[in-house]
Amino acid sequence: MNQTALKELLYKIADDQLILGHRNSEWTGMGPLLEEDIAFSSMAQDKVGQSHAIYQILHEIGEGEPDQVAFMRNAEQFHNCQMVELPNGEYDFSLMRHFLYDTAEAIRFDMLTKSSYEPLALLAKKIQGELRYHTMHAKTWIKQLGTATEESKSRLQTSFNELFPYALGMFEQSPYENDIIADGIFPGEEALKEKWMARVEEIIGQTDLKMPEVSEAKLGGRKGEHTEYLQPLLDEMSEVFKIDPTADW
Amino acid sequence: MYGGGNTFESAKFEGLENEDPQKLAEFEARIERGEKIEPSDWMPKLYRKQLIRMIEQHAHSEIIGALPEGTWITRAPGFKRKLALMAKVQDEVGHAQLLYSAAETLGKPREAMIDDLITGKSKYSNIFNYPAFTWADSCFISWLVDAGAIVNQLANARGSYGPYCRALDRICAEESFHLKYGHHCVIHMATGSEKQREMMQAAINRWWGPMMHFFGPPDKVSVHTEVLMKWKVKMASNDDCRNQFLDMYVPKIWELGLTIPDPNLKKNEDTGRWEYTEPDWEEFKRVINGDGPCNKERLAVRRTAEERGAWVRKALLAPKTEYVAPLA
Repeated sequence: MNQTALKELLYKIADDQLILGHRNSEWTGMGPLLEEDIAFSSMAQDKVGQSHAIYQILHEIGEGEPDQVAFMRNAEQFHNCQMVELPNGEYDFSLMRHFLYDTAEAIRFDMLTKSSYEPLALLAKKIQGELRYHTMHAKTWIKQLGTATEESKSRLQTSFNELFPYALGMFEQSPYENDIIADGIFPGEEALKEKWMARVEEIIGQTDLKMPEVSEAKLGGRKGEHTEYLQPLLDEMSEVFKIDPTADW
Repeated sequence: MYGGGNTFESAKFEGLENEDPQKLAEFEARIERGEKIEPSDWMPKLYRKQLIRMIEQHAHSEIIGALPEGTWITRAPGFKRKLALMAKVQDEVGHAQLLYSAAETLGKPREAMIDDLITGKSKYSNIFNYPAFTWADSCFISWLVDAGAIVNQLANARGSYGPYCRALDRICAEESFHLKYGHHCVIHMATGSEKQREMMQAAINRWWGPMMHFFGPPDKVSVHTEVLMKWKVKMASNDDCRNQFLDMYVPKIWELGLTIPDPNLKKNEDTGRWEYTEPDWEEFKRVINGDGPCNKERLAVRRTAEERGAWVRKALLAPKTEYVAPLA
């Protein structure tokens, strides 16, 4: 098994979960209704918890401690896609991102339950159960707001159009794509994208929204190229930790 | 967290003479026997009014209280703290949801309560008008403000209104975890590096005054409590709650080698009561009436959240999709 390829895969999944979990947590106290504060907070906890579990696997194969890995790297060392680091914006933007992202994650972890790398397959089975609620939440809201008022439909459509190129960036290929597939670790980004597109189209088809025109994917995140928003997020996240990185907080 | 009820305003005590004397006597006899009053039961107008006000203010305290701690979720040091703080603040928002529901059983809709909060008509716990400057401040809140709230809430959970008592029972169970989390954080700060210890001590110095205010003005200046006590709306006096808090937590703070910024603070072993310097009650009045360090900011944040979310709530009233089966 190609260890470099495996680590690359694990890092990008964990970084996605951590950064989006962090963004979701920013809704605490700010949601459009209390129930949504609570829902976004639950998803934030799941995602941050999932990222921790994957960093733990990485630690077991020779990488640093999860706290050090999460709180001490710079933006260029992160492999998350750019979509998850974008600021929350209005609720329509956060909701649409949550829908696009979690639809992909649910398929990704479903695929990973069959991974030849056992620790990942075991973890994927556990995470799969949690993600089921995330996709259920996203789907319910997209269907509701995507069919309700002119304002809600127009807001969702605008966010959808804006996010779509970033969503395609989730499937940026790894330089080790062939190894990952050949080793049976993961069926690859292209296979994931295909299933994702079908599922997104199916749900959008049940609303008054339209699929955006095909556009160029926003790539680079997987290689450490990020928007201007990631480094400030990381600075905020590590503000206390860096007062004394060796301290027990 | 977070509410007490004791620091909150009371409804005006008038109109009791217009109540049906027989019904009033039966109502009071039920309370005397320890029965709970339920939403569909007869109750004096004043009882309803006072409970709405108290539960509503408690609910507001939960959502406003989520703000000073919530700002530390994104900065919590390390996975363990980040996950725990997220869960804790989420609990607080959940408490608000429970409490608004309890208050709604008395006839005031959640929307009306939130409107009264953001227009400044309705109050919330004074302590959240102070800023959480550092991580240590958030540790102080999680441990000691929650501890103070538990003292109040355990007392109120023995009150007479069924829905409020049941909400408080659930809330107190969760609060006990918050207390453990907060204590754990403070222990790590107090026994950690010199810098951590300094941060923790500075937080205690900053928060001690507001913490003493938390239980409300001294009994000798508190008004209107007799009927409320008889109706089991108010279950313990402000001074009793404050004394109980000091009794339980001052030794724990001292045990960690931290100091409390009050040279007169000591327990009188003869009376069993704590002696202390009265906090500045003029400041308390100023802050509760809107002139604290963060009143404007807290309400502005809440108002912005309400305004930004208005289209979502409106869209929920236009359902095209009907769900016939439960979603989960």
